[in-house]
Amino acid sequence: MCLAVPMEIKKISGNIALVEYEGAKKEVRLDIVDQQPAVGDYVIIHAGFALHRIDEEEAKKSLRYWEEILAKTDETFE
Amino acid sequence: MKHLSEYRDKHIAKKLIDAIWDLSETPVRLMEVCGSHTVSIFRHGIRQMLPETIQLISGPGCPVCVTARAEIDRAIVLSSYPEVIITTFGDMIRVPGSLSTLQKQRAGGADVRVVYSSFDALKTACENPKKTVVFLAIGFETTAPAIAATVLEAKRIKIDNFFILSAHKLLPPALTALLNSDRLNIQGFIYPGHVTTIIGTLAYEQIAQKHGIPGVVCGFEPIDILETIFMLIRQIEQGETTVEIQYKRGATATGNLRATEVLNQVFITCDSNWRGLGLIPESGLTLRDEYRSFAAEDYFDLKVQPAKDHPDCVCGEVICGTKNPAECRFYRKVCTPQNPIGPCMVSTEGTCAAYYKYYIA
Repeated sequence: MCLAVPMEIKKISGNIALVEYEGAKKEVRLDIVDQQPAVGDYVIIHAGFALHRIDEEEAKKSLRYWEEILAKTDETFE
Repeated sequence: MKHLSEYRDKHIAKKLIDAIWDLSETPVRLMEVCGSHTVSIFRHGIRQMLPETIQLISGPGCPVCVTARAEIDRAIVLSSYPEVIITTFGDMIRVPGSLSTLQKQRAGGADVRVVYSSFDALKTACENPKKTVVFLAIGFETTAPAIAATVLEAKRIKIDNFFILSAHKLLPPALTALLNSDRLNIQGFIYPGHVTTIIGTLAYEQIAQKHGIPGVVCGFEPIDILETIFMLIRQIEQGETTVEIQYKRGATATGNLRATEVLNQVFITCDSNWRGLGLIPESGLTLRDEYRSFAAEDYFDLKVQPAKDHPDCVCGEVICGTKNPAECRFYRKVCTPQNPIGPCMVSTEGTCAAYYKYYIA
Protein backbone atom coordinates (compact mmCIF):
# COMPACT_ATOMS: atom_id res chain seq x y z
CA MET A 1 0.00 0.00 0.00
CA CYS A 2 2.80 2.39 0.82
CA LEU A 3 4.34 1.27 -2.42
CA ALA A 4 5.99 4.26 -4.06
CA VAL A 5 8.36 4.50 -7.00
CA PRO A 6 10.93 7.03 -8.19
CA MET A 7 9.98 8.63 -11.52
CA GLU A 8 11.57 11.38 -13.58
CA ILE A 9 9.79 14.71 -14.08
CA LYS A 10 9.31 15.36 -17.81
CA LYS A 11 6.95 18.31 -17.75
CA ILE A 12 5.32 20.54 -15.16
CA SER A 13 2.16 22.58 -15.64
CA GLY A 14 0.88 24.18 -12.47
CA ASN A 15 0.11 21.55 -9.88
CA ILE A 16 0.42 18.64 -12.28
CA ALA A 17 3.56 16.95 -13.54
CA LEU A 18 4.16 14.39 -16.25
CA VAL A 19 6.52 11.74 -14.90
CA GLU A 20 8.22 8.78 -16.54
CA TYR A 21 10.04 5.65 -15.55
CA GLU A 22 11.45 3.34 -18.24
CA GLY A 23 8.82 4.36 -20.76
CA ALA A 24 5.86 4.29 -18.38
CA LYS A 25 4.32 7.77 -18.27
CA LYS A 26 1.93 9.16 -15.71
CA GLU A 27 0.34 12.40 -14.64
CA VAL A 28 0.79 13.13 -10.94
CA ARG A 29 -0.17 15.90 -8.51
CA LEU A 30 2.38 18.15 -6.83
CA ASP A 31 0.10 19.35 -3.98
CA ILE A 32 2.08 17.68 -1.19
CA VAL A 33 5.62 17.25 -2.54
CA ASP A 34 8.20 18.43 0.01
CA GLN A 35 10.33 20.49 -2.37
CA GLN A 36 9.23 21.92 -5.70
CA PRO A 37 10.86 19.72 -8.34
CA ALA A 38 12.18 20.79 -11.75
CA VAL A 39 12.18 18.94 -15.07
CA GLY A 40 14.83 16.19 -14.86
CA ASP A 41 14.45 15.67 -11.11
CA TYR A 42 13.38 12.31 -9.72
CA VAL A 43 10.42 12.29 -7.36
CA ILE A 44 8.90 9.48 -5.28
CA ILE A 45 5.35 8.82 -6.47
CA HIS A 46 2.59 7.30 -4.37
CA ALA A 47 -1.08 6.90 -5.35
CA GLY A 48 -0.95 9.66 -7.96
CA PHE A 49 0.94 12.18 -5.83
CA ALA A 50 4.63 13.16 -5.69
CA LEU A 51 5.79 12.88 -2.07
CA HIS A 52 9.49 13.63 -2.14
CA ARG A 53 12.09 15.15 -4.43
CA ILE A 54 15.12 12.85 -4.40
CA ASP A 55 18.33 14.56 -3.41
CA GLU A 56 20.66 13.38 -6.18
CA GLU A 57 23.79 14.20 -4.15
CA GLU A 58 22.57 12.22 -1.14
CA ALA A 59 21.78 9.24 -3.35
CA LYS A 60 25.18 9.41 -5.05
CA LYS A 61 26.94 9.64 -1.71
CA SER A 62 25.55 6.34 -0.44
CA LEU A 63 26.29 4.60 -3.74
CA ARG A 64 29.80 6.00 -3.85
CA TYR A 65 30.38 4.54 -0.40
CA TRP A 66 29.62 1.08 -1.70
CA GLU A 67 31.61 1.55 -4.88
CA GLU A 68 34.62 2.49 -2.78
CA ILE A 69 34.22 -0.56 -0.59
CA LEU A 70 33.93 -2.78 -3.65
CA ALA A 71 36.95 -1.15 -5.27
CA LYS A 72 39.08 -1.98 -2.25
CA THR A 73 40.41 -5.48 -2.17
CA ASP A 74 41.38 -5.07 1.44
CA GLU A 75 39.83 -6.82 4.36
CA THR A 76 37.15 -4.25 5.14
CA PHE A 77 34.56 -6.87 5.83
CA GLU A 78 36.25 -10.19 5.32
CA MET B 1 20.68 7.43 -11.98
CA LYS B 2 17.33 5.67 -11.79
CA HIS B 3 17.25 5.24 -8.02
CA LEU B 4 16.15 1.60 -8.27
CA SER B 5 18.40 -0.76 -10.24
CA GLU B 6 21.53 0.58 -8.50
CA TYR B 7 20.27 -1.03 -5.31
CA ARG B 8 20.13 -4.54 -6.74
CA ASP B 9 23.87 -5.07 -7.31
CA LYS B 10 24.81 -8.62 -6.40
CA HIS B 11 28.42 -7.75 -5.53
CA ILE B 12 27.33 -5.23 -2.93
CA ALA B 13 24.75 -7.72 -1.68
CA LYS B 14 27.48 -10.34 -1.23
CA LYS B 15 29.64 -7.90 0.76
CA LEU B 16 26.72 -7.03 3.01
CA ILE B 17 25.75 -10.64 3.63
CA ASP B 18 29.35 -11.47 4.57
CA ALA B 19 29.43 -8.44 6.87
CA ILE B 20 26.20 -9.50 8.57
CA TRP B 21 27.49 -13.07 9.10
CA ASP B 22 30.73 -11.71 10.58
CA LEU B 23 29.02 -9.30 12.91
CA SER B 24 26.03 -11.25 14.19
CA GLU B 25 26.54 -13.17 17.44
CA THR B 26 23.48 -12.54 19.61
CA PRO B 27 20.23 -14.21 18.51
CA VAL B 28 17.80 -11.42 17.56
CA ARG B 29 14.29 -10.98 16.24
CA LEU B 30 13.83 -7.98 13.96
CA MET B 31 10.42 -6.74 12.89
CA GLU B 32 9.90 -5.40 9.40
CA VAL B 33 6.95 -3.12 10.05
CA CYS B 34 5.98 -2.50 6.42
CA GLY B 35 4.16 -4.92 4.13
CA SER B 36 6.23 -3.77 1.14
CA HIS B 37 9.35 -4.84 3.04
CA THR B 38 7.81 -8.25 3.73
CA VAL B 39 7.22 -8.73 0.01
CA SER B 40 10.71 -7.53 -0.94
CA ILE B 41 12.34 -9.78 1.69
CA PHE B 42 10.53 -12.82 0.27
CA ARG B 43 11.00 -11.88 -3.38
CA HIS B 44 14.76 -11.54 -2.99
CA GLY B 45 15.16 -14.55 -0.72
CA ILE B 46 16.68 -12.45 2.04
CA ARG B 47 15.59 -14.73 4.89
CA GLN B 48 17.59 -17.57 3.37
CA MET B 49 20.72 -15.43 3.15
CA LEU B 50 20.84 -14.60 6.85
CA PRO B 51 22.58 -16.50 9.65
CA GLU B 52 20.42 -18.49 12.08
CA THR B 53 20.92 -15.80 14.70
CA ILE B 54 18.69 -13.37 12.79
CA GLN B 55 14.95 -13.93 12.60
CA LEU B 56 12.69 -11.57 10.65
CA ILE B 57 9.13 -11.03 11.90
CA SER B 58 6.46 -9.33 9.78
CA GLY B 59 4.62 -6.47 11.44
CA PRO B 60 1.32 -4.58 11.20
CA GLY B 61 2.23 -2.45 8.16
CA CYS B 62 -0.38 -3.62 5.67
CA PRO B 63 -3.32 -1.17 5.63
CA VAL B 64 -5.75 -3.63 4.10
CA CYS B 65 -4.86 -6.25 6.72
CA VAL B 66 -5.35 -3.98 9.74
CA THR B 67 -8.66 -2.52 8.56
CA ALA B 68 -11.28 -3.73 11.01
CA ARG B 69 -14.05 -5.90 9.62
CA ALA B 70 -16.64 -3.36 10.83
CA GLU B 71 -15.14 -0.80 8.44
CA ILE B 72 -15.48 -3.18 5.50
CA ASP B 73 -19.05 -3.95 6.56
CA ARG B 74 -19.85 -0.22 6.41
CA ALA B 75 -18.51 -0.02 2.85
CA ILE B 76 -20.53 -3.08 1.88
CA VAL B 77 -23.74 -1.54 3.25
CA LEU B 78 -23.00 1.69 1.35
CA SER B 79 -22.44 -0.25 -1.87
CA SER B 80 -26.02 -1.57 -1.65
CA TYR B 81 -27.48 1.94 -2.00
CA PRO B 82 -28.56 2.43 -5.62
CA GLU B 83 -27.28 6.04 -5.88
CA VAL B 84 -23.80 5.20 -4.58
CA ILE B 85 -20.61 4.55 -6.52
CA ILE B 86 -17.92 3.02 -4.28
CA THR B 87 -14.36 3.89 -5.26
CA THR B 88 -11.46 2.07 -3.64
CA PHE B 89 -7.88 0.90 -3.94
CA GLY B 90 -7.79 -2.53 -5.56
CA ASP B 91 -6.93 -4.84 -2.67
CA MET B 92 -9.95 -3.78 -0.63
CA ILE B 93 -12.59 -5.26 -2.91
CA ARG B 94 -11.70 -8.86 -2.04
CA VAL B 95 -11.44 -8.49 1.73
CA PRO B 96 -14.19 -10.51 3.40
CA GLY B 97 -16.65 -8.52 5.49
CA SER B 98 -18.98 -10.32 7.89
CA LEU B 99 -21.30 -11.51 5.13
CA SER B 100 -19.97 -10.38 1.75
CA THR B 101 -17.13 -8.65 -0.10
CA LEU B 102 -17.22 -5.58 -2.33
CA GLN B 103 -16.38 -7.88 -5.22
CA LYS B 104 -19.47 -9.98 -4.55
CA GLN B 105 -21.53 -6.80 -4.21
CA ARG B 106 -20.27 -5.72 -7.63
CA ALA B 107 -21.19 -9.09 -9.12
CA GLY B 108 -24.67 -8.51 -7.67
CA GLY B 109 -24.99 -5.16 -9.48
CA ALA B 110 -23.39 -2.65 -7.10
CA ASP B 111 -21.26 0.06 -8.71
CA VAL B 112 -17.80 -0.58 -7.21
CA ARG B 113 -14.81 0.91 -9.02
CA VAL B 114 -11.09 0.42 -8.43
CA VAL B 115 -9.03 3.61 -8.62
CA TYR B 116 -5.29 4.22 -8.54
CA SER B 117 -5.56 7.58 -6.81
CA SER B 118 -8.06 9.42 -4.61
CA PHE B 119 -8.05 12.08 -7.34
CA ASP B 120 -9.52 9.54 -9.75
CA ALA B 121 -12.34 9.09 -7.23
CA LEU B 122 -12.93 12.85 -7.22
CA LYS B 123 -12.96 12.82 -11.03
CA THR B 124 -15.57 10.05 -10.91
CA ALA B 125 -17.72 12.34 -8.74
CA CYS B 126 -17.31 15.23 -11.23
CA GLU B 127 -18.27 12.96 -14.12
CA ASN B 128 -21.33 11.52 -12.35
CA PRO B 129 -23.13 14.51 -10.80
CA LYS B 130 -26.34 12.54 -10.25
CA LYS B 131 -24.54 9.83 -8.31
CA THR B 132 -22.97 9.89 -4.85
CA VAL B 133 -19.33 8.84 -4.90
CA VAL B 134 -17.77 7.37 -1.76
CA PHE B 135 -14.02 6.80 -1.55
CA LEU B 136 -12.75 4.24 0.96
CA ALA B 137 -9.93 6.18 2.55
CA ILE B 138 -7.52 3.60 3.91
CA GLY B 139 -3.77 3.79 4.34
CA PHE B 140 -1.10 5.01 6.69
CA GLU B 141 0.65 8.37 6.93
CA THR B 142 2.03 7.87 3.42
CA THR B 143 -1.43 7.88 1.86
CA ALA B 144 -3.46 10.17 4.14
CA PRO B 145 -1.92 13.50 2.92
CA ALA B 146 -2.92 12.63 -0.66
CA ILE B 147 -6.50 12.02 0.47
CA ALA B 148 -6.40 15.28 2.44
CA ALA B 149 -5.25 17.16 -0.67
CA THR B 150 -8.13 15.57 -2.59
CA VAL B 151 -10.65 16.75 0.02
CA LEU B 152 -9.18 20.29 -0.20
CA GLU B 153 -9.58 20.22 -3.97
CA ALA B 154 -13.17 18.91 -3.67
CA LYS B 155 -13.96 21.83 -1.37
CA ARG B 156 -12.23 24.31 -3.69
CA ILE B 157 -14.21 23.21 -6.75
CA LYS B 158 -17.41 22.92 -4.65
CA ILE B 159 -18.20 19.28 -5.33
CA ASP B 160 -21.09 18.06 -3.19
CA ASN B 161 -21.43 14.44 -4.32
CA PHE B 162 -18.00 13.26 -3.12
CA PHE B 163 -17.53 11.62 0.29
CA ILE B 164 -14.83 9.68 2.05
CA LEU B 165 -15.14 6.87 4.56
CA SER B 166 -12.00 7.43 6.60
CA ALA B 167 -10.33 4.35 8.03
CA HIS B 168 -6.81 5.80 8.03
CA LYS B 169 -4.34 4.42 10.53
CA LEU B 170 -1.22 5.85 12.14
CA LEU B 171 1.74 3.52 12.59
CA PRO B 172 3.66 4.81 15.64
CA PRO B 173 0.68 4.42 18.05
CA ALA B 174 0.26 0.82 16.85
CA LEU B 175 3.93 0.03 17.44
CA THR B 176 3.72 1.59 20.90
CA ALA B 177 0.57 -0.44 21.65
CA LEU B 178 2.34 -3.63 20.53
CA LEU B 179 5.34 -2.85 22.73
CA ASN B 180 3.15 -1.98 25.73
CA SER B 181 1.20 -5.22 25.36
CA ASP B 182 4.37 -7.25 26.08
CA ARG B 183 3.25 -9.60 23.32
CA LEU B 184 6.21 -8.69 21.22
CA ASN B 185 9.68 -10.09 21.69
CA ILE B 186 11.82 -8.12 19.25
CA GLN B 187 15.20 -6.42 19.44
CA GLY B 188 15.06 -4.09 16.45
CA PHE B 189 12.68 -2.35 14.04
CA ILE B 190 13.10 -2.14 10.29
CA TYR B 191 11.10 1.06 9.87
CA PRO B 192 8.95 1.82 6.82
CA GLY B 193 10.63 4.09 4.27
CA HIS B 194 7.61 5.87 2.86
CA VAL B 195 5.72 6.42 6.11
CA THR B 196 8.95 8.06 7.29
CA THR B 197 9.12 10.17 4.11
CA ILE B 198 6.05 11.90 5.56
CA ILE B 199 6.47 11.77 9.35
CA GLY B 200 10.26 11.81 9.82
CA THR B 201 11.97 9.94 12.64
CA LEU B 202 10.77 11.76 15.79
CA ALA B 203 8.13 9.16 16.73
CA TYR B 204 10.73 6.40 16.47
CA GLU B 205 13.15 8.30 18.71
CA GLN B 206 10.55 8.04 21.47
CA ILE B 207 10.25 4.28 20.90
CA ALA B 208 14.05 3.90 20.97
CA GLN B 209 14.38 5.89 24.19
CA LYS B 210 11.39 4.53 26.10
CA HIS B 211 11.54 0.90 25.03
CA GLY B 212 15.25 0.61 24.29
CA ILE B 213 14.69 -0.80 20.82
CA PRO B 214 16.91 0.44 17.98
CA GLY B 215 15.53 1.09 14.53
CA VAL B 216 16.65 1.82 10.99
CA VAL B 217 14.51 3.47 8.30
CA CYS B 218 14.81 1.21 5.28
CA GLY B 219 14.42 1.44 1.50
CA PHE B 220 12.74 -1.23 -0.58
CA GLU B 221 15.46 -2.78 -2.74
CA PRO B 222 17.54 -5.79 -1.64
CA ILE B 223 20.66 -3.70 -0.93
CA ASP B 224 18.57 -1.35 1.19
CA ILE B 225 17.23 -4.20 3.28
CA LEU B 226 20.59 -5.93 3.72
CA GLU B 227 22.27 -2.67 4.67
CA THR B 228 19.49 -1.95 7.17
CA ILE B 229 19.90 -5.38 8.77
CA PHE B 230 23.66 -4.78 8.92
CA MET B 231 23.11 -1.38 10.60
CA LEU B 232 20.66 -2.89 13.12
CA ILE B 233 22.98 -5.79 14.01
CA ARG B 234 25.83 -3.30 14.43
CA GLN B 235 23.72 -1.28 16.88
CA ILE B 236 22.57 -4.34 18.79
CA GLU B 237 26.05 -5.85 19.07
CA GLN B 238 27.43 -2.52 20.27
CA GLY B 239 24.57 -2.01 22.74
CA GLU B 240 23.22 1.13 21.02
CA THR B 241 19.59 2.14 20.70
CA THR B 242 19.36 4.91 18.15
CA VAL B 243 17.26 5.60 15.07
CA GLU B 244 19.26 5.66 11.84
CA ILE B 245 18.17 6.29 8.27
CA GLN B 246 19.44 3.89 5.63
CA TYR B 247 16.91 5.16 3.06
CA LYS B 248 18.51 8.58 2.74
CA ARG B 249 17.29 9.14 -0.82
CA GLY B 250 13.69 8.89 0.37
CA ALA B 251 13.46 9.89 4.03
CA THR B 252 14.69 12.66 6.29
CA ALA B 253 14.60 13.21 10.06
CA THR B 254 12.01 15.98 9.78
CA GLY B 255 9.75 14.36 7.18
CA ASN B 256 7.57 16.15 4.66
CA LEU B 257 6.29 19.24 6.50
CA ARG B 258 4.10 20.37 3.63
CA ALA B 259 2.30 17.03 3.51
CA THR B 260 1.81 16.86 7.29
CA GLU B 261 0.42 20.40 7.22
CA VAL B 262 -2.15 19.42 4.57
CA LEU B 263 -2.92 16.27 6.57
CA ASN B 264 -3.47 18.22 9.81
CA GLN B 265 -5.54 20.84 8.05
CA VAL B 266 -8.12 18.24 6.98
CA PHE B 267 -7.84 15.42 9.52
CA ILE B 268 -7.70 15.13 13.27
CA THR B 269 -6.57 12.05 15.20
CA CYS B 270 -9.19 9.74 16.69
CA ASP B 271 -9.27 6.37 18.45
CA SER B 272 -9.28 3.57 15.93
CA ASN B 273 -10.02 -0.12 15.85
CA TRP B 274 -7.28 -2.32 14.38
CA ARG B 275 -7.70 -5.91 13.34
CA GLY B 276 -5.61 -7.95 15.76
CA LEU B 277 -4.68 -5.03 17.96
CA GLY B 278 -8.12 -3.79 18.99
CA LEU B 279 -8.92 -0.20 19.87
CA ILE B 280 -5.82 2.01 20.01
CA PRO B 281 -6.17 5.59 21.29
CA GLU B 282 -5.28 8.35 18.81
CA SER B 283 -4.28 5.88 16.12
CA GLY B 284 -6.73 6.87 13.40
CA LEU B 285 -7.75 9.93 11.40
CA THR B 286 -11.17 11.49 11.00
CA LEU B 287 -12.24 14.63 9.13
CA ARG B 288 -12.13 17.92 11.05
CA ASP B 289 -15.38 19.86 11.60
CA GLU B 290 -14.68 22.19 8.65
CA TYR B 291 -14.59 19.18 6.31
CA ARG B 292 -17.33 17.03 7.84
CA SER B 293 -19.53 17.71 4.81
CA PHE B 294 -17.30 15.14 3.05
CA ALA B 295 -17.75 12.47 5.75
CA ALA B 296 -19.75 9.53 4.39
CA GLU B 297 -20.65 8.36 7.90
CA ASP B 298 -22.33 11.75 8.60
CA TYR B 299 -24.17 11.99 5.29
CA PHE B 300 -25.62 8.48 5.29
CA ASP B 301 -27.67 6.95 8.04
CA LEU B 302 -25.50 3.84 8.22
CA LYS B 303 -27.01 0.91 10.02
CA VAL B 304 -24.47 -1.87 10.28
CA GLN B 305 -24.78 -5.10 12.26
CA PRO B 306 -21.94 -5.80 14.73
CA ALA B 307 -19.03 -7.33 12.81
CA LYS B 308 -18.38 -11.04 12.99
CA ASP B 309 -14.80 -12.18 12.66
CA HIS B 310 -14.09 -15.72 11.54
CA PRO B 311 -13.51 -17.49 14.87
CA ASP B 312 -10.49 -19.54 13.78
CA CYS B 313 -8.72 -17.06 11.48
CA VAL B 314 -5.40 -15.99 13.07
CA CYS B 315 -4.81 -12.87 10.93
CA GLY B 316 -4.94 -10.78 14.11
CA GLU B 317 -1.99 -12.64 15.58
CA VAL B 318 -0.13 -12.66 12.26
CA ILE B 319 -0.46 -8.86 12.15
CA CYS B 320 1.00 -8.62 15.67
CA GLY B 321 3.93 -10.87 14.78
CA THR B 322 2.93 -13.43 17.42
CA LYS B 323 2.01 -16.20 14.95
CA ASN B 324 3.26 -17.01 11.49
CA PRO B 325 0.86 -18.05 8.72
CA ALA B 326 1.98 -21.68 8.74
CA GLU B 327 0.59 -21.94 12.27
CA CYS B 328 -2.93 -21.25 10.98
CA ARG B 329 -5.00 -24.35 10.27
CA PHE B 330 -6.61 -22.71 7.22
CA TYR B 331 -3.36 -21.61 5.57
CA ARG B 332 -2.86 -23.15 2.09
CA LYS B 333 -5.71 -25.57 2.75
CA VAL B 334 -8.92 -23.57 2.63
CA CYS B 335 -7.39 -20.07 2.80
CA THR B 336 -5.64 -19.20 -0.46
CA PRO B 337 -5.27 -15.99 -2.50
CA GLN B 338 -8.11 -17.27 -4.71
CA ASN B 339 -10.37 -17.91 -1.73
CA PRO B 340 -9.07 -15.83 1.18
CA ILE B 341 -10.60 -16.17 4.63
CA GLY B 342 -8.64 -13.34 6.23
CA PRO B 343 -7.19 -10.06 4.94
CA CYS B 344 -3.53 -11.14 5.25
CA MET B 345 -4.18 -13.57 2.39
CA VAL B 346 -5.98 -10.93 0.27
CA SER B 347 -3.53 -8.08 0.12
CA THR B 348 -0.46 -8.60 -2.02
CA GLU B 349 1.41 -7.11 0.94
CA GLY B 350 -0.22 -9.40 3.47
CA THR B 351 2.09 -11.76 5.32
CA CYS B 352 -0.02 -14.83 4.46
CA ALA B 353 -0.10 -13.92 0.75
CA ALA B 354 3.70 -13.42 0.75
CA TYR B 355 4.21 -16.79 2.48
CA TYR B 356 1.87 -18.43 -0.01
CA LYS B 357 3.43 -16.87 -3.10
CA TYR B 358 6.95 -17.82 -2.09
CA TYR B 359 5.96 -21.38 -1.09
CA ILE B 360 6.52 -21.57 2.62
CA ALA B 361 4.55 -24.54 3.88
